Amino acid sequence: MTAAIEVDEVSKRFGATVALDAVSFTVDVGTVLALLGPNGAGKTTLVRVLTTLLVPDSGHARVGGFDVQKDARTIRSMIGLAGQYATVDELLTGRENLELVGLLYHLDKELYRTRAQEALERMSLASAGDQQVKTYSGGMRRRLDLAASLIGQPPVLLLDEPTTGLDPRTRNDLWGFIEELVAEGTTVLLTTQYMEEAEHLADTIIVLDAGHIAASGTSDQLKDQLGGNVLEVRVTDRDDLDRAVSMIADLGSASPRTNPDLNQVLLPVTDGARVLIAAGRALDDEGIALDDLGIRRPSLDDVFLAITGHSASSSDTNPPSTGSTHD
Amino acid sequence: MTDLAIRLPTIRVARLSPRLAVRDIGGVTKRNLRRIVRTPQLVFMSIVQPTLILLLFRYVLSGAIHVPGIAYVDYIVPAIFLEAVLLGGMTTALALAQDLQAGMIDRFRSLPMARSAVLAGRTFADICRNALALAFVVMLGLLVGFRFHNSVLACLAGLGLVLLFGYAFTWVYAAVGLAVKDPQTAQMAAILPMFILFFASSALVPVATLPGWLQPFAANQPVTVTVNAVRALFEGGPVLHDLWQSVAWSVAIVVVFLVISLNLYRKATA
Ligand SMILES: Nc1ncnc2c1ncn2[C@@H]1O[C@H](COP(=O)(O)OP(=O)(O)O)[C@@H](O)[C@H]1O
Ligand SMILES: [Mg+2]
Repeated sequence: MTAAIEVDEVSKRFGATVALDAVSFTVDVGTVLALLGPNGAGKTTLVRVLTTLLVPDSGHARVGGFDVQKDARTIRSMIGLAGQYATVDELLTGRENLELVGLLYHLDKELYRTRAQEALERMSLASAGDQQVKTYSGGMRRRLDLAASLIGQPPVLLLDEPTTGLDPRTRNDLWGFIEELVAEGTTVLLTTQYMEEAEHLADTIIVLDAGHIAASGTSDQLKDQLGGNVLEVRVTDRDDLDRAVSMIADLGSASPRTNPDLNQVLLPVTDGARVLIAAGRALDDEGIALDDLGIRRPSLDDVFLAITGHSASSSDTNPPSTGSTHD
Repeated sequence: MTDLAIRLPTIRVARLSPRLAVRDIGGVTKRNLRRIVRTPQLVFMSIVQPTLILLLFRYVLSGAIHVPGIAYVDYIVPAIFLEAVLLGGMTTALALAQDLQAGMIDRFRSLPMARSAVLAGRTFADICRNALALAFVVMLGLLVGFRFHNSVLACLAGLGLVLLFGYAFTWVYAAVGLAVKDPQTAQMAAILPMFILFFASSALVPVATLPGWLQPFAANQPVTVTVNAVRALFEGGPVLHDLWQSVAWSVAIVVVFLVISLNLYRKATA
């Protein structure tokens, strides 16, 4: 048995919303799986199923070979959960929070005291350990939350958007901690909206979109699925952007994406060299001045767009409000 | 691939012994007591209204209300004791709704702890807070002229009955907090039944002076029998009938709302 987590045809709906649609995958022991998807993709729902907080409508899920419904207590004793929002008690000190969680993991008093101290040091919270959490910054709370999920030294760790809303420095710190844990043999399932995070941490990436698995594989495999490269065009004058798009759209293997802030058009292509020349010629003929024109390997962003037809970052995926309000 | 048993050596079927369950309850109670001690303003807020009602009835309205056989101050003060613990219990609803919203309940439910510990730990801590509020109101009562006239034992039994009744209602409030989930709504939802039970009872005036249509309800509801029993314990006189009815109400309320609360807790989501 080498699967730490097995998810088998798990479905969950809330009223008319299908949060999970027959999702199946496994996570091997000691590996990292990233569930990548925009807001509303079903990531938290899946984490809640795996942490015994939510009963799926159908399907089965096992952690360490134990069924999430039948052996809930056993699963709870071997998982650590850090939710999407830091769930620590504001009125307790950092240390008190950790010791409470240790006690509730049924560790002996001496053991949870030692582990609380170790965890505070590991998360660079030692000096703030005896202050109430309400005095902590957002990054400190996240670190404390992660520390709490580690008190039981769980072999399986579930992290729901562990770095959303953190500044890049704190994010890098957290990535470092997660990598250390993985090096020690912990199996990690994490959810994220950030391609970069999935690419950085995960052995396997599952692209989740509207409750179903749109694609899965290593980041290289996912990029290969796109079957080619990306043409990147940067126009000098932003007013030329739309014209540039219409000139080159037909050359690509999928529809182009624009990035107006960067005066940029990205176009998935299969025959890079030919398209590069054709695009250069067409844009030149039109008299569109360029800052940059080139072929590069696709990013996971490109992959996500190609697979799901929309971008993964949440700001682009909020459905337009129906009662059209223009401003 | 390494075998799971090697890489995950700690895995074994987790069981819950009564000893562990008691320890979980102790841990959660301690956490809640810490929160209470660190927000003393909540304890004080819960005794502001009883204090105002007491002063109003003791000094403004007492001349207009005549209760045969007992000084009005001795009539009203035991009712204020009861009001203090009933209002204090509303914090139970508030605190659980806050824990739900803050995700603390999710955290607890993802741990191998006893399921009952979150609620038991809540209500046990709230008894302590209620005892504190009660101690304050007792002192206030003594200041405005209330006196215990019975044996020490009977008077302590009376205070115990107040706390028991307050404890029973923390389970009602626990269910309310888990059901409505939002702290503000929880407080609003909790105050209404308390308001009806307290004012349509023998707490402030004898049942016989209430409107006729209200009397059958007022004479038989739990606040009336409890406040009657408490007064009898403080004053002397026949008490057994009201006493056992009050205890029966408290036990019944705990049992019913414990079952409801545990069910709500099992499904609780923010
Ligand atoms: N408790 C709930 N009640 C109703 N709808 C829910 C509930 N939880 C999640 N949903 C819906 O299910 C979908 C998936 O949600 P979620 O798993 O939270 O997505 P993600 O974590 O990927 O942002 C969303 O459309 C969300 O609105
Ligand atoms: Mg989520």
